[in-house]
Amino acid sequence: MSEVINKNGYSIDIDNAVVSFREDIALRGVSLKVKHGEFIGVVGPNGAGKTTLLTIVNGMGKLLHGRVVVLGQNLTSGNGHSLRKKVGYVAQVETIDPRMPMIVREVAMIGRYGRLGLFRRPGKTDWEIVDKALELVGMTHLAKRPIGHLSGGEQQRVAIARCLAQEPEIFLLDEPTASLDWKAKTDIMELVKRIHDLRNLTTLFVTHDLSALPIACDRVVLMKDGLIWNEGPPRGLLTDEILSQLYDLPVSVVEKRRSEAALV
Amino acid sequence: MDLSIFTYPFMQNAILSAFLGGIACSVIGVFVVLLHMPFIGVCMSHAAFAGALLGLWLGFNPLIGAFIFSLGAAAVVGPLADRGDLNPETSVGVIFSLMLGLAFLFMGLMSGPKSAALELLWGSILTNTRGDIVVLAVVAVLVVGIIFVFYKEIQATVFQRDMARAVGIPATIMLYSILFLMGATITASFSSIGGLLIFSLILNPAAAAYQLTYSMKKMFILAAVFGVLSGWIGLLISYFFNIPSGATIVVTSSVIFLLAVVFSPKRKVKRWEKKPLGENTP
Repeated sequence: MSEVINKNGYSIDIDNAVVSFREDIALRGVSLKVKHGEFIGVVGPNGAGKTTLLTIVNGMGKLLHGRVVVLGQNLTSGNGHSLRKKVGYVAQVETIDPRMPMIVREVAMIGRYGRLGLFRRPGKTDWEIVDKALELVGMTHLAKRPIGHLSGGEQQRVAIARCLAQEPEIFLLDEPTASLDWKAKTDIMELVKRIHDLRNLTTLFVTHDLSALPIACDRVVLMKDGLIWNEGPPRGLLTDEILSQLYDLPVSVVEKRRSEAALV
Repeated sequence: MDLSIFTYPFMQNAILSAFLGGIACSVIGVFVVLLHMPFIGVCMSHAAFAGALLGLWLGFNPLIGAFIFSLGAAAVVGPLADRGDLNPETSVGVIFSLMLGLAFLFMGLMSGPKSAALELLWGSILTNTRGDIVVLAVVAVLVVGIIFVFYKEIQATVFQRDMARAVGIPATIMLYSILFLMGATITASFSSIGGLLIFSLILNPAAAAYQLTYSMKKMFILAAVFGVLSGWIGLLISYFFNIPSGATIVVTSSVIFLLAVVFSPKRKVKRWEKKPLGENTP
């Protein structure tokens, strides 16, 4: 069965997915096909269902209705677990206790834990993979620092290294640049794009950082009210008119905001 | 120094109890500190207290009642916090107040003198029997063994549970197991240290270790060392000055914590952070 589905060539194939959170419907019938190697930007107002879309790809969200096929596997409540080992996930910057007794290298190693499975300890190869990942994200010099001592941008680099150590096939990013300064935003964006190309990943990138999207994305998905509202190549889609409808703001306001954002 | 104290069977039992209980409690305390749930120890010890009182009231072994209640509380706290969208501390608070209420209720329903009940509150390491020690040993071995076998899963879960889930670690099961171990540890050590005082033997050694290291492994080891030291030094003081052992153990663990705070390298974090990037860390 799974072989047949795999042959259609899509890494992610979501068909009419309905997901609810408490009383609210977070996704009301979303269909999306993502080819292997595609870089998709997901844009939309808060509460549009962007994060939920990511959680059904890595099996953390519960489907009420519809079908999700990821890497040829039909996602059920039972197999999300094994699938997650092949899906890297980077969330927003979280505050970490500065006294947390873990160093950067150990945090990156967590990416290997799922793949290692129970009862197995990280070996020499695993540490080599972790060190290589840290080198790729430019964190080698901080490898022995306590994780809580890093800045937000540095923490996100470590999170990306953790995903790399996982050796995933799909890369999910949920506003990884939120709350970072402008320089860090650009750096992280470029790093994600570089790693996407280098490791031949399929990437879903949720962001509000519109200015960076056209450079990186093959396709942009616009979400609103739990539905995919529009999708297509970034240049045609990210116009002031379309964004004003997406965010329910007058065109003039969108124009002003975007020009301000470009100046930052 | 008079070494005859080590020849008394009750003292040998107490020394063994302090060793096993000290390890189990302080290692569990590492979770309490890292998960930022200090209140959970109080909650579970009161659950154990309520269960023990039920046993006393209805005439069955208080230890069994204590196990049932504290494991029950452990089984409820996690899911309640997860499913009810409550802050974990709120769900701990709800269970805690319920347990306290039940404890008072059972005490009120009990006829005759309440001295056995009060003994449970204060505990007495000097009256521990071989049976108590066997229970303590089983729990200590279980706690240390599980941490050893599932160290990497536990480390990831304690650090960031959602992230642990996202890499494919059964983080929810891990967390619930940790809570379960907490319940078992508290119950097993309960009669030695007492329902009111056990919390400090859980929190203080782990909190002291937290001040001293950036390695989780070392934190577990240091906490265990501090826990055992608290028990042994407390016992000695109690013996030589003829004062209640529970109290001396708790005060010793508090002193260790204070010393750890004073000598903590982490207090210098601020200054260290200002060093330029790329400099070698100590």
